Amino acid sequence: MEIFNLTWIDYSIMIIYFAFVLGIGWALKKYMKNAAAFLEAGRSLPAWVTGLAFISANLGALEVIGMAASGAKYGMATVHFYWIGAIPAMIFLAIFMMPFYYGSKARSVPEYLKLRFDEKTRGFNAFSFAIMTIFASGISMYALALLMETLLGWNFHMSLFISAFIVLLYTYLGGLSSAIYNEVLQFFLIVIGFLPLVVVGMVKVGGWDGLVEKLAMNPATAGMHHSWQAISPEHPMGGWMGIFFGLGFVLSFGYWCTNFLVVQRAMAAGSMSDARKTPLIGAFPKMFIPFLVIFPGMIAIALINMGDENFQLPIKGNGYDYDLVIPMLLHRFMPTGVLGLGLTALMASFMSGMAGNVTAFNTVWTYDIYQSYIVPGKPDRHYLRVGQLTTIFGVLVSILTAYVAKQFNNVMDFLQLIFAFINAPLFAAFLAGMFTKRATGNGAFYGLVSGTFSAAMVHGLTQPEGAQTLIKGGWAGAVLQTFPSEMAQNFWIAIIAFSVALVVTIVVSLSGKRTKSDAELKGLVYQLTPKTIDDSKHWYQRPVFLAWVVAAIAVVLSIVFW
Amino acid sequence: MGLDIKIPIGAMFLLLGIILTIFGLATLHDEMYSISIGKNINLISGIGMVIFGSFMLLVSDLVRKKKLVDEDALKDDVLKKDD
Repeated sequence: MEIFNLTWIDYSIMIIYFAFVLGIGWALKKYMKNAAAFLEAGRSLPAWVTGLAFISANLGALEVIGMAASGAKYGMATVHFYWIGAIPAMIFLAIFMMPFYYGSKARSVPEYLKLRFDEKTRGFNAFSFAIMTIFASGISMYALALLMETLLGWNFHMSLFISAFIVLLYTYLGGLSSAIYNEVLQFFLIVIGFLPLVVVGMVKVGGWDGLVEKLAMNPATAGMHHSWQAISPEHPMGGWMGIFFGLGFVLSFGYWCTNFLVVQRAMAAGSMSDARKTPLIGAFPKMFIPFLVIFPGMIAIALINMGDENFQLPIKGNGYDYDLVIPMLLHRFMPTGVLGLGLTALMASFMSGMAGNVTAFNTVWTYDIYQSYIVPGKPDRHYLRVGQLTTIFGVLVSILTAYVAKQFNNVMDFLQLIFAFINAPLFAAFLAGMFTKRATGNGAFYGLVSGTFSAAMVHGLTQPEGAQTLIKGGWAGAVLQTFPSEMAQNFWIAIIAFSVALVVTIVVSLSGKRTKSDAELKGLVYQLTPKTIDDSKHWYQRPVFLAWVVAAIAVVLSIVFW
Repeated sequence: MGLDIKIPIGAMFLLLGIILTIFGLATLHDEMYSISIGKNINLISGIGMVIFGSFMLLVSDLVRKKKLVDEDALKDDVLKKDD
């Protein structure tokens, strides 16, 4: 279905972008002298760089495409993934958790678990995280190649190998710093590349008022411009409880506070103060990204309501193929030139998703698996080499995963779901571990295992409305509860998994002896760590002040778009 | 790491901006702009990117000069103490 006709100017823009990406990797090559430089960016980056990389690593294409699709399906309610589903967790990470991550000198999240709890807890987290990142990276590659095949008629295998090769080249050359610096470049490209589309689209539908008016033309889409008003237990997002506790607390804190992919960006900062400011600096643009990705979804619906003859959303099953909102809008509004810019921004977001996962995989594999279990006690040079080779290995396995995804689409959905089960219990282990000195290794480990298991069981016993395959749930034989959507189902799975994990962690911890003394837990547990004194020059640069500003803006935005 | 990322970011957007601006000027009033509600979106975006790119390069330059001045001041202090 090739829908785009690109000209030389579009190709020039793509080529220039790739040249700069590789150039940044090349420029960083000379600094890669030890494992810490390659795998931890030498802990030397400024806060604004790590802050933008922090959100850019998350702003993969699956996020851009997924949020635009969700904007078309649910309208402004999608902002709950941002203002309540990200900002509070980012503030919590900055103010309360970063002092332990950064101050403990742990090089990764699994390593923190080893210092705080024990070897088996680290092992459980390291292996599950390593597998998860490789799958995520493979799925990004697959999705990019598929999109290029559909939109541009490019050969699937060629797109896959070229994108994998570019990511491999710049992460191999410059390691984590190359990925981070490129994420900053990608951040600006994504914003600048999509901005013309949003502006032209908004002007076309008549601004915000026009958008509201056009959404109201169809009773089914009227009121989509409200974020909270439409929320009820029947709403696809599953009511206030699901949004506050499932999305806003468990899923969001589980992702932003414990996922090494994002936490790694903050740990690469040059000082404790910069590490704490990383999520807060990232929070400022994060709050406004909805306007860039959710607005297009609503513009698409407004155009359909208006009967715009130049805009069509392809049909998929018994509804629209919402994943094509961004490409179809690019096709509708962007002439050659800015079209190349928009497509390059889309490719950039796929690649930042891949590179982020590959670099996080590298660090966890080299430090937490290879150095811990396979070949410990070698000189630093050895681990630098292993880190570099792991990059190649990681990209090759990702390519393999991409082909698995091509063959067995449903299997991938299922695996992704299983790994999504791991984050919620992990956050329970972190809460118990960081804020009580009584939590033990056994408690955390059995909490994680039972939480993950109960998540799988809830999934097996519930279904979203209209589910047709067992991948959506209900595979355990009986369906005890039906949710209005998959999303609502996920929120409740997270709530239950988290609660089970927390209770089991506490009960098992209390029924055994303490395994670590107060001295061993210094710097790892809240009560045993001296309060962090921030060394920022001015009061307005301090993390706590920034946190209040971020929180205030999020509240104001929520009220404005009530 | 000794790389100032503002330089590549500034340079890339300046370059892309110049290309889009020239292309926009070359296609003034072209009928392809009917899809972008009649606006020469290449020219507008191009100019915006030139401004953004130049701004990044300018900030990078100012920061570097300020650092040099600070280092000189530091050296002067050290020299004075040595006397």
